[in-house]
Amino acid sequence: MQDAVLAMLAKEPSHGYLLRERLRRALGPLGESMNAGQVYVTLTRLEKAGLVASEHAEGLPDRPDRKVYALTPAGQRRVAAWLSEVSWPKPNLAEFHLKLAAAAAGRLADPVELVDAQRRELMRRLGEAQRAVLAEPDGSTAGLLLEGIALRLQADLRWLEACERVWSKVVDESEDA
Amino acid sequence: MNEFGAVLQARGLAKEHGQGQGLVRAVDEVDLDVPAGQMLAVTGPSGCGKSTLLHLLGGLERPSRGEVRLAGRRIDALSERALARLRRRSVGFVFQAFHLVEELSARENVELPVLLAGRSPRAAKKRAAMLLERVGLADRARHLPWELSGGQRQRVAIARAMANEPAVLLADEPTGNLDTAATLDVLRLFEGLRAAGQTLVIVTHDERVAATADRVVSMRDGAFVDDTRLAGHATGGLGEMFGLEY
Repeated sequence: MQDAVLAMLAKEPSHGYLLRERLRRALGPLGESMNAGQVYVTLTRLEKAGLVASEHAEGLPDRPDRKVYALTPAGQRRVAAWLSEVSWPKPNLAEFHLKLAAAAAGRLADPVELVDAQRRELMRRLGEAQRAVLAEPDGSTAGLLLEGIALRLQADLRWLEACERVWSKVVDESEDA
Repeated sequence: MNEFGAVLQARGLAKEHGQGQGLVRAVDEVDLDVPAGQMLAVTGPSGCGKSTLLHLLGGLERPSRGEVRLAGRRIDALSERALARLRRRSVGFVFQAFHLVEELSARENVELPVLLAGRSPRAAKKRAAMLLERVGLADRARHLPWELSGGQRQRVAIARAMANEPAVLLADEPTGNLDTAATLDVLRLFEGLRAAGQTLVIVTHDERVAATADRVVSMRDGAFVDDTRLAGHATGGLGEMFGLEY
């Protein structure tokens, strides 16, 4: 979020509430729960780090919502670096994988039941995401974010299906032995 | 309707093919209640019996054992003639490969089941116009199926399935031949039907289709292995669920 806030200041200095509006619009339904405080907390952090500078209009009280924020030269360099980097969030599958392995090894729980419980939870989340996708008009850029979330959940559900297939065999074999 | 309010009900439903060593239990003693207005998704790997189940529920195949009740009436023991009549009037089918009559226009395809149910050409025409409007294809009414895209053909097929206001709409992999955009169109249509109180049973291997249902049952080897209610179980808003970090 910090990088996105910085990048949105790159074109011109802005009030915090305008930034929040632009972020909400870009996020679509996902931005609905975003409150003003979160953007101001981010701006305050960025200011402390020397990446943005603020000034407040004369005669008005010294409050964050009266200030105009602008990028510092360091902030501009950070935006340029952010745009050119190709990092990507890592899916953390190892933790769940190890949960199954530990549950099976220690006979703590049936791994297949853990997979089922996880699958039900992801199905519900996918339902939420998918309903939000259906509610977005065609060609909406905010809808793309929901589309990405839905596709990831779908991939995770397919992985869980593979987990169930293999673990149910492992459990069967250990019971036969 | 019966005392449980289930539009569709199955008890001990079984379908077997072959015999002896080659016996395959396609559907293995399934119990199911689908209440009015529910959108149920049936999922599972290929060969798990989900399509066979749908055929049994809609009277397209006869069970080896067990009962099927549609709107309170047992259909598993009906005569061929009575069954054909029931399928025409009380069940709407949607298939993966659309199954439109290629020689007939979109409008005529939708009119056909209305005429077969014994209603007047005028009533059929009116009903077809209304349904094509509802699926967003009023301007394609005179087109032949090959002049339509896959997504449009499936929307015509859905209009046709709704022709006689069926007690239940049964769909077998309705989005299996469609791209993402056309899939979303079909799902939006289903959503609209559900909002209007239509009972739907959808067989699908697409998690994104299943996730829009009220309830998902998973099948393996002819039996249900899971039954999950989806609607109304959201934990927090989308932003919270999908973790925006500040």
